[in-house]
Amino acid sequence: MEQVIANGLYLGAQYALIALGLTLIFGLMNVLNFAHGQMYVLGGFITYAIYGQLGLPFPVAVLASGVSLAVIGGLMERYLFRTVIRRSHREESTMLLAAATAFFFDAVILLIFGEKQRGVPKIVKGVFHDFGIILPYDRIVVAVVAALMIFAFILFMKYSRTGRAMRALAQDRVAAQLMGIKVDRYTMIGFALGAMLAGVVGGLLVSITGVNSGIGGPISVKAFLMIMIGGAGVVGGAIAGGFILGMMESVGLTVLREYGDVTYLVIFAALMIFLAIRPNGLMGKPWG
Amino acid sequence: MTATRKLAGLAIFLLAVFVLVPALIAATGRKDLYYTLTSVALLSIASAGVWLTFYIGRINMGQGAFALMGAYVAAVLVTRYGMSFWWTLPAAGLFCALASLLIGLPILRLRGVYFAMVSLVLTEVTRLLALAVPITEGAKGITNIPLPGAISLFGITLVPDFSTMENPRIAFYYLAVTLMVIAFAAMYRLVNSRIGHICMSLQQNEELASSIGVNIVHLRLIAFAISSFLGGVSGAAFAAVTQSVYPSSFTVTDSVNFMLNCFLGGLGYVFGPMLGTLTLYFGWNLLFQTGEFQLLIYSSVMILLMLVLPNGLLSLGEGRRKG
Repeated sequence: MEQVIANGLYLGAQYALIALGLTLIFGLMNVLNFAHGQMYVLGGFITYAIYGQLGLPFPVAVLASGVSLAVIGGLMERYLFRTVIRRSHREESTMLLAAATAFFFDAVILLIFGEKQRGVPKIVKGVFHDFGIILPYDRIVVAVVAALMIFAFILFMKYSRTGRAMRALAQDRVAAQLMGIKVDRYTMIGFALGAMLAGVVGGLLVSITGVNSGIGGPISVKAFLMIMIGGAGVVGGAIAGGFILGMMESVGLTVLREYGDVTYLVIFAALMIFLAIRPNGLMGKPWG
Repeated sequence: MTATRKLAGLAIFLLAVFVLVPALIAATGRKDLYYTLTSVALLSIASAGVWLTFYIGRINMGQGAFALMGAYVAAVLVTRYGMSFWWTLPAAGLFCALASLLIGLPILRLRGVYFAMVSLVLTEVTRLLALAVPITEGAKGITNIPLPGAISLFGITLVPDFSTMENPRIAFYYLAVTLMVIAFAAMYRLVNSRIGHICMSLQQNEELASSIGVNIVHLRLIAFAISSFLGGVSGAAFAAVTQSVYPSSFTVTDSVNFMLNCFLGGLGYVFGPMLGTLTLYFGWNLLFQTGEFQLLIYSSVMILLMLVLPNGLLSLGEGRRKG
């Protein structure tokens, strides 16, 4: 049982970080970023290239993943999403754009990095073995780093000037603009920040699970699940959703093992019932 | 557009798909195009369903689920119970419509991105169900589905048995195109009817519509059921064409593609899904020669199209008329 909880917490920390980026972009722009999983994969490959192939230190590689994704995210918002939102009659059009960018990233990743599963040497060796829990040290390091980043993100959103501006934007765009917030600039920063989070998680996890070009889509679907559980566009909801999904996955894999590969079927079914009762998730604002 | 111009357009379209296209194919000898065009026609039926849900203001990414359901229903009915293919088409459609009523009752309360995500999850649930339930035979799927049999009425054979034909591909082409014409004619009629106009009001403001006495719950259930019916029929026909169905026959990618077809053609136009499907499917196949760059070029063109024509291909004609 302790083992199951430990696994759940470890999974939850990384999931929450993925969901945070997605929910930030959604909250600010009402855009469902289909390319989030691909951004994660891209971050993973950048870390793989810098740490695994060039041999630079791991933190440098993860930092590089974060920075390059932030730049890509900023450019995407500035030149793609902003244009389409301005020209289109219906705001759903951004979904086509997001899906197209997801395909585009898939293609780029496949061309540059190939289709092989890639891994890097372990960052910390050894296994923690006590209190009935077996957990490799590198997983603990990653979970702790992820938890610290979540904490830093909350503080940033709560107390920094940029964070306050972004929260105001998410609450009411027009009112925020009337208060003198530079809407365009903060939307771009928000998108860049969301992309950066995806890149950083990808970079962190490449040291444990490795990375391959095909996992972008499934990661996106998981991220959607998390923000649906917690409620879209809410920071607390994303964190809660991430930990809940991590826990369900961990428990499900243990409890339902004898019935075959049905964990996700059960999770999906439970989610449908849950959403029928609470359409906005745990703490989402009404109707997105 | 006046009535005569509309009729002329319809006549040209029917002439093109039933006479000109087969004639052209016969002239050029590109028999493989029959399969491509059959797929386009069937996929555009499913896309038309998605378009209808867009029309009531819901982003539907669950059409893959209903297409898969329809394909399995038809396959099981034909292989296990020996039902005629021609009966399985409506049976699959009705099964999907009923399923969508059950599923739609709770989830149609959701809007915007929430509905989009739940419907996406629905696609994944259906795939996992197909893997887990015994009647669908898991990952190896149902194969060797017999070809459609003959239809005869009062002793006169209307449609010959597909397996006796020299090239059943051609027969499938006519079948798919006929289904497509019926589906789009029905859609056109629906959109221009009283219900269609009320659906439009749902797209703009549900509360307002309900406050003046429109039964919105009822209406969106009907729209969703029609949409799923089309998805089921399309899936069933697809299973017959490929003579097989697997859990991976319709996946999340297909659901997203159905949605993209609608976007690309234009959400404001009934025939948008048809044009969108044709463009996307053909574009993808044409790019096959570019090898590893296929996806790169395809997605770049899509992004560019989105930047230049965010309201769909058919908005091109509208702009010219205005200007």
